[in-house]
Amino acid sequence: MTIATTTLARAVLLFVLPLASAQAGPTADGALKKGFIQCGVNTGLAGFAQPDSNGEWRGIDVDLCRAVAAALFGDAKKNRFTPLTAQQRFTALQSGEVDILSRNTTWTFARDAGLGLNFVGVNFYDGQGFMVTKKRNVKSAKQLNGAAICVQPGTTTELNMADYFRANKMKFKPVVIEKLEEVLNAYFTGRCDVFTTDVSGLVAVRAARATNPTDHVILPEVISKEPFGPVVRHGDDHWHDLVRWTLFAMIEAEELGLTSKNIDQQAQNTNPVVQRFVGATGDFGKMLSVDNRWAYNIVKQVGNYGESFERHLTPLGLDRGINKLWNKGGIMYAPPLR
Amino acid sequence: MARQLDTRQRAALYQILLVAAICLVGWYFIRNAVDNLLARRIASGFNFLFREAGFEIGESTLISFSAADSYLKALTVGLLNTFRVAFLAVVFSTFIGVAVGLARLSPNWLLAKLASGYVELLRNIPLVVQLFFWYAVITESLPAPAQALHPLPGFFLSNRGLAIPTIVTLLPLEVEYPSLSGFNFSGGVVLSPEFAALLLGLTLYTAAFIGEIVRAGILAVDRGQYEAAQSQGLSQAQLMRLIILPQALRVVVPPVTSQYLNCTKNSSLAVAIGYPDLVSIANTTINQTGQAIEGIAVIMLVYLTISLAISAAMNVYNQRIALRGART
Repeated sequence: MTIATTTLARAVLLFVLPLASAQAGPTADGALKKGFIQCGVNTGLAGFAQPDSNGEWRGIDVDLCRAVAAALFGDAKKNRFTPLTAQQRFTALQSGEVDILSRNTTWTFARDAGLGLNFVGVNFYDGQGFMVTKKRNVKSAKQLNGAAICVQPGTTTELNMADYFRANKMKFKPVVIEKLEEVLNAYFTGRCDVFTTDVSGLVAVRAARATNPTDHVILPEVISKEPFGPVVRHGDDHWHDLVRWTLFAMIEAEELGLTSKNIDQQAQNTNPVVQRFVGATGDFGKMLSVDNRWAYNIVKQVGNYGESFERHLTPLGLDRGINKLWNKGGIMYAPPLR
Repeated sequence: MARQLDTRQRAALYQILLVAAICLVGWYFIRNAVDNLLARRIASGFNFLFREAGFEIGESTLISFSAADSYLKALTVGLLNTFRVAFLAVVFSTFIGVAVGLARLSPNWLLAKLASGYVELLRNIPLVVQLFFWYAVITESLPAPAQALHPLPGFFLSNRGLAIPTIVTLLPLEVEYPSLSGFNFSGGVVLSPEFAALLLGLTLYTAAFIGEIVRAGILAVDRGQYEAAQSQGLSQAQLMRLIILPQALRVVVPPVTSQYLNCTKNSSLAVAIGYPDLVSIANTTINQTGQAIEGIAVIMLVYLTISLAISAAMNVYNQRIALRGART
């Protein structure tokens, strides 16, 4: 080709390419350019985000990030993970250090409205509880007057605990340590009487770190609502839609009975709902500036919501509880994909 | 026709240009931060200080605190806690440092070697590791409250801390004794293991450095002073106390000032072992309100003020002990 033709071809491409991704927002563009999504996760919480013995991150929060990568790139492996403590997590997201915060973060008013961040949905409904050693013979949280309670700083846990004890006219002594390893050490060596965090965290910690799990009892009182969900920055509606509909696709897939194992044969299913889901009909991918097979990729490479839960949380002894689907007795509900 | 500026005018011009450049850079950073905060609708301003804190603090010095108090009061509690541990660490590490410095110069071989070992070990291990060590030792070696050690009447030592009886009123003498009720000791004052570990770690660490500075100061005193003192018939103790140490002081005071500042700033490692100092509470505040810039500004301002105050005080002392007529 002559120089003029190549220059013309380049000029045309320069016009066309930006137009093709004109709908995508700054975060998606940045991720596409980098070639991966930077995902903020917990430093190590069994079931949610924890590196395994090979250094691979595993957990339902990790699965959500992988699902977003599957939707955006078609490859669930295009992720880098940044472990964040409770104190660092919001600043990391606000400053742009991570693209998504998927770190068992409770959706609260102050965080949604006051930090310049958006919660895109709930991937786990939880509540706060207390764990004590069985030796103490404590049957209820109302017997904890005067106890020393281990907690991590900068969490809703600290605030809920203070509110609960105030409301019940009890006193307590907080032992506030930032690193999870250290605060658990303080509880297991007896420095504190009680350890408090979300019930899912208590179950995970007891299963993973107690020398004898039956020595520790989780008290029946659940003192707060803790809906966990992924968080993104204000000002990027496209990214918000992408992450939100990734979560909904995983829930919808479970509702439609699509799993990572049967999605390939189900793709041939003539049911129009399934056809729309796998991208055989309709242009849903284009609306999100991603491939039409975005939902198929999510289910094939990561799995549906139930598979993710069963893979990571069920082995710890966590029951699905209210995290079941809406038509199976729980409250997991996805708007229709149409 | 070149305009000639003399040296002084040129110097003035450069200084003006430099100040202008710094102001410009500063203005750019502030403008950038404010614009970004506004764009992302992140709250700014110091009004959050008057909102209810909502969290409890494990221990506080002198003033009492509850979750219904403001963030400002919480930060004040943090500040007082920092003062308490930093002040005590500075005082104790000075005494121990002088002892270690003298020990290292002692003619007694064992004493000198022990002191050297102490200095080498503690200077080379990171402070946060030492703090974890002391915290683990204290919490794991002490018994639970139900089996607390009872060395003196009214004193209880357990892994929750040292419970001490307090004097409620002086006349008539009324003492409040700590007693075990339910989970912990109530009544009296409790010295928490976090405070003890932090104080111990900071003191021993800083004392190692001060020991070396004291040794340097003593070695800096002229040999002639020793001989002159011995010819006057002064004993070893009098020699040290009246002749050597006062002269060593001139060499010792400036570096020891640095060590005091380091000690104060190192107390911010409290967050690793759960002692509620200023940085720990400010971090919690930042996380709850999302206002990172204001929170960090408060921390920086407080530490800057403390450091400048310590430096100023030490400089005054330095001036007073300086040799009259020598270089100022």
